[in-house]
Amino acid sequence: MDSHDTGAAPAPPHSETTLRVNGEPRTLDLDHRRVLLDLLREDLGLTGAKKGCDHGQCGACTVLVDGRRVNSCLLLAVTLDGAEVTTVEGLAGHGGDPHPLQRAFLERDAFQCGYCTPGQICSAVGMLAEAAAGHPSHVTDPAAPSGEPVELVRAEIRERLSGNLCRCGAYPRIADAVEDVI
Amino acid sequence: MTGTTGTETVLGAPAERREGREKVTGTARYAAEYDGPARAHAWPVPATVARGRVTAVDAGPALALPGVLAVLTHENAPRLAEPDDPILAVLQNPRVPHRGWFVALVVAESLEAAREGADAVRVAYEAEPHDVTLTASHPDAYTPENANGGYPAVREHGDPDAAFAAAEVRVDVEYRVPPLHNHPMEPHASTARWDEGHLVVRTSSQGTGPVRAALAKVFELPEERITVSAEHVGGGFGSKGTPRPDVVLAAMAARHTGRTVTVAFPRRRLPAVVGHRAPTLHRLRLGAGRDGGLVSLSHEVTTHSSRIKEFVEQAAVPARVMYAAPHLRSVHRVVRLDVPTPSWMRAPGESPGMYALESAMDELAAELGVDPVELRVRNEPAADPDTGRPFSSRHLVECLREGARRFGWAARDPRPRSGAAGALLIGTGVAAATYPVMAAPSRASAWALPDGTFLVRVNATDIGTGARTVLAQVAADALGVPLDRVGIEVGSTELPAAPLAGGSSGTASWGWAVHEACARLADRLTTLPGPVPEAGLGAHADTAGQADAESRYSRHAFGAHFAEVAVDTVTGEVRVRRMLGVYAAGRILNARTARSQFVGGMTMGLGMALTEGSHLDPAFGDFAESDLASYHVPAHADVTDIEAHWLQEDDPHLNPMGSKGIGEIGIVGSAAAIGNAVHHATGIRFRELPLTPDRVLTGLLAHEAPPGTFGG
Amino acid sequence: MKPFAYVRAGSVEEATDAFAARPGARYLGGGTNLVDLMKLGVETPAALIDITRLPLDAVEPLPDGSLRVGALVRNSDLAAHPAVRDRYPALSQALLAGASGQLRNAATTGGNLLQRTRCPYFQDISKPCNKREPGTGCGALRGVHRDHAVLGHSPHCVATHPSDLAVALAALDARVELYGPEGGRSLSAADFHRLPGTRPEQDTEIRPGELITGVLLPAATAGLPSVYRKARDRASYAFALASVAAVLHCSDGVVDRVGLAFGALAHRPWRARRAEEALLGVAPTAAAFEHAVDLELAAAEPLGENAYKVPLARRLALDVLGRLAPVSPI
Repeated sequence: MDSHDTGAAPAPPHSETTLRVNGEPRTLDLDHRRVLLDLLREDLGLTGAKKGCDHGQCGACTVLVDGRRVNSCLLLAVTLDGAEVTTVEGLAGHGGDPHPLQRAFLERDAFQCGYCTPGQICSAVGMLAEAAAGHPSHVTDPAAPSGEPVELVRAEIRERLSGNLCRCGAYPRIADAVEDVI
Repeated sequence: MTGTTGTETVLGAPAERREGREKVTGTARYAAEYDGPARAHAWPVPATVARGRVTAVDAGPALALPGVLAVLTHENAPRLAEPDDPILAVLQNPRVPHRGWFVALVVAESLEAAREGADAVRVAYEAEPHDVTLTASHPDAYTPENANGGYPAVREHGDPDAAFAAAEVRVDVEYRVPPLHNHPMEPHASTARWDEGHLVVRTSSQGTGPVRAALAKVFELPEERITVSAEHVGGGFGSKGTPRPDVVLAAMAARHTGRTVTVAFPRRRLPAVVGHRAPTLHRLRLGAGRDGGLVSLSHEVTTHSSRIKEFVEQAAVPARVMYAAPHLRSVHRVVRLDVPTPSWMRAPGESPGMYALESAMDELAAELGVDPVELRVRNEPAADPDTGRPFSSRHLVECLREGARRFGWAARDPRPRSGAAGALLIGTGVAAATYPVMAAPSRASAWALPDGTFLVRVNATDIGTGARTVLAQVAADALGVPLDRVGIEVGSTELPAAPLAGGSSGTASWGWAVHEACARLADRLTTLPGPVPEAGLGAHADTAGQADAESRYSRHAFGAHFAEVAVDTVTGEVRVRRMLGVYAAGRILNARTARSQFVGGMTMGLGMALTEGSHLDPAFGDFAESDLASYHVPAHADVTDIEAHWLQEDDPHLNPMGSKGIGEIGIVGSAAAIGNAVHHATGIRFRELPLTPDRVLTGLLAHEAPPGTFGG
Repeated sequence: MKPFAYVRAGSVEEATDAFAARPGARYLGGGTNLVDLMKLGVETPAALIDITRLPLDAVEPLPDGSLRVGALVRNSDLAAHPAVRDRYPALSQALLAGASGQLRNAATTGGNLLQRTRCPYFQDISKPCNKREPGTGCGALRGVHRDHAVLGHSPHCVATHPSDLAVALAALDARVELYGPEGGRSLSAADFHRLPGTRPEQDTEIRPGELITGVLLPAATAGLPSVYRKARDRASYAFALASVAAVLHCSDGVVDRVGLAFGALAHRPWRARRAEEALLGVAPTAAAFEHAVDLELAAAEPLGENAYKVPLARRLALDVLGRLAPVSPI
């Protein structure tokens, strides 16, 4: 059963969208159904963001959009016109030096299979900024002063990175790696 | 072992992962990430009845969609020769053996079109009544010849019934372990293309050799015309140990469409098609003297398999090796149901079996008033209780003692419910671990290159274990050269043939061949008159006949797990506060990656104890928990303090490296240690996993108030 | 996922007009649930009206002491907002007990209220579900229902509402502000979600084309002690098995204001009116709390597998009320 006349079917609705990915402006004509994760992986060849569940249940697809960590599998790309996207490929500094978190993950052996790793690292980058901006977490003492940076004790790191599942069980090493860069 | 870097032995050193930089920078490529020109994507269509047959498929609405290239069904898919594993006979006939079995595959230009196409395929079924419910008294239960791994289903020594009946102290208990799912973070995926009659496949597998063999069989091709590679694999935990339908479907679709095709299974489809740990119902009967010495040990297991294949989780097998009971019985029974086909999941057999056995041992210790560490020590056998063979090495007692010392076991108040902290009940528990030593024949080659470096080639697969790294260490050690002068190639059938990464045997099998090849190369180099020739100087090894030779020893790794839990009496929530494992697993070849594997196994054991489990839906026939929101693998917040330690164990009866496997033992017994800690915390014996708040709170309530009263 | 038209709205009126002009349209906020359901084939909108650029992303203190939260304020920002943390702690705690950091960064206040049940039968289009496809039956009643409702369910639907936020809003006497073709209106948060009855397809009282524009947190509960507590299968990143939000104030030794709501027990956040009535004007003792909570939960009708939810909710409520009592309850 093959389709012989794909040309006859009307193309699904699409729109031109421009976003900056790792500092580069990218303009694409996008099927409205395309999510950011698939845009990165299929259109731009940036396969660092991983597809673990495609439903926001694992965190492997985590990237930074306008500096905030998000699940790229649940973001329709067409909605992101004008957004600034940073993926694991864009974290390295000038000259290609790995980001301190990337180095810490390596040094601490904070991964095994590596599939959740880019998401873990992007999530940790976003999480550090959130704590610095005074965002509390589930384990933050409710009496802690609002708006003040939150000290990232180990329980805070664990809670804040709980949106990134790791089936290899690298969690203790991931927490070590994050502590190394605080 | 003479290889050194400076003063440090290469073997055992905590060398950094060779592919680590690619993994942390996002450049490591996995099976679905090879975008060729004109690559198409395929999306499977699952059966929506639990048993029956497909009576009609209407692909028209799907084919009318823009971007849809083809719809494969049993009516038009390429015919396959019969595979060894019937789960690979996809789209060959209208039979539906279980819900979720694939009945069509949609191939399209984009992921979006493929998904939409799969939703648009109309399938009609003739449904038949189904049965997915396992019970110990199921009328269709039977005793198979063998359990998984080739173990005889039944072993019996002495007269376990009579000895049990006569025993001074008896424990007769039943435990239940639910279906468990591997759920590696990378869903199963394959990318295939046909290149002038040559099939080229990138797949997410624990072994490309078995994948190539399976493809050769079903497509009736010589293996030379198939290349399968798996450069990076996002975990497998057994579910990628055998070829899965993704690779057959990708090759079929590529042949049918003439395109490069990627099949990446949606997460929700995995439970039905990539295997699962079958549920196990355990009955344990332990009879002992007042001194704690076991006189009778009986472990009977009932499990399920599917209609299309007999797979029997060998959960009673560890009882054959653990304790010195003169009367010993281990039995497996299986019921074939309309369920997805179970398969390997990390430590198949040992993992659920040791949960039950080690929980029952804790019950016996409590019954006797003997410390549970001490009880195990008292039952240490002098030789393998089943075969009578001597152990090549067995340091279970030392693991228990060292673990007890590090954990602070001596300070423990043995009385149940003796540790309260506000609304929390604190408890600690211990359990033993074991895993067999296995190895399979492998080939490898080693090359000296004119620039002074070396290249080792072996079709090992690095599924996250650090295989590249540790094999390079084995090579450097055998060659007596610094590690950074050794390059390594793994993960392709173009390399010397090697077995899969499974059964905690990868490093032993591959390393053996690498060691042999490198030792031979080192010999050749010592007699080489001049410089290394331009083309390099090579040596080859094949360990057939060596690695698979029968040993006169019983060879197993052992370990001890300790856990401390807090049980919230308000909610019944159980959290692990700390966990500690001590292992005797031969020589540890890379301290860094080994620790990660042990800790990873313990983490999966924590999940098994507290959060993981699925239900077979009696009404619809599938697993009710099919995604990662409902099937709870441990999250970061669940995993606090996990330590792994190991003993220096010299065992000359293993392989040239002196190593036992380490990939699985971490999950063995760790769930029992947690369960035993929950008993210590609460005084309540929970005999069904996982220990979720519904169960634990119900137990706490029954403990506080007589049944029937509302409250707590 | 079916193809759809995409419209980016610049104002609330533009959004509601666009919605009216396109049959089968849906508003798109953070998308964390809607896109998920579109991938599952549960939602098949013909058009998405992107409202994320509407000016509804502010948290504004109003002169009367209340706090208006724009519908597009992201969950993470709302949880971190000093006015919320300091004056409505249960609200911040509820948000932080839900989902993950990434999801909270995307999910909006309005979207959180409109998220659909996580009932697996609702999410699987191959199974019957009266909520998804009225008249097909309830798969959960026949199947696995450990996570399902114990209060207010009907033979047509036993689903629970998954929101943590909504539970806190119900207890805090918040109001949901709406704008639609017939203009603006507001509903109490406790009454915004419905019980299933014979129309489980209707989760809320929202009318076709209406848009949540904001949530109003009243001055009356501002600054009162409040707590949210949730029990779940794993330590983080899991939906509630049961949860409780409570606000409690006492003067002269008796309770003079109380709000108590349960989550994950029913098709909507369950405002415990009976318990509240029993507590008003009485001394905040353990016995009074037990009496009140038992009165509320007497209406529970567990399905079998989910019977544990009743004592779980009871214990959570007693724990939370005990913590809020000005002196340790006797």
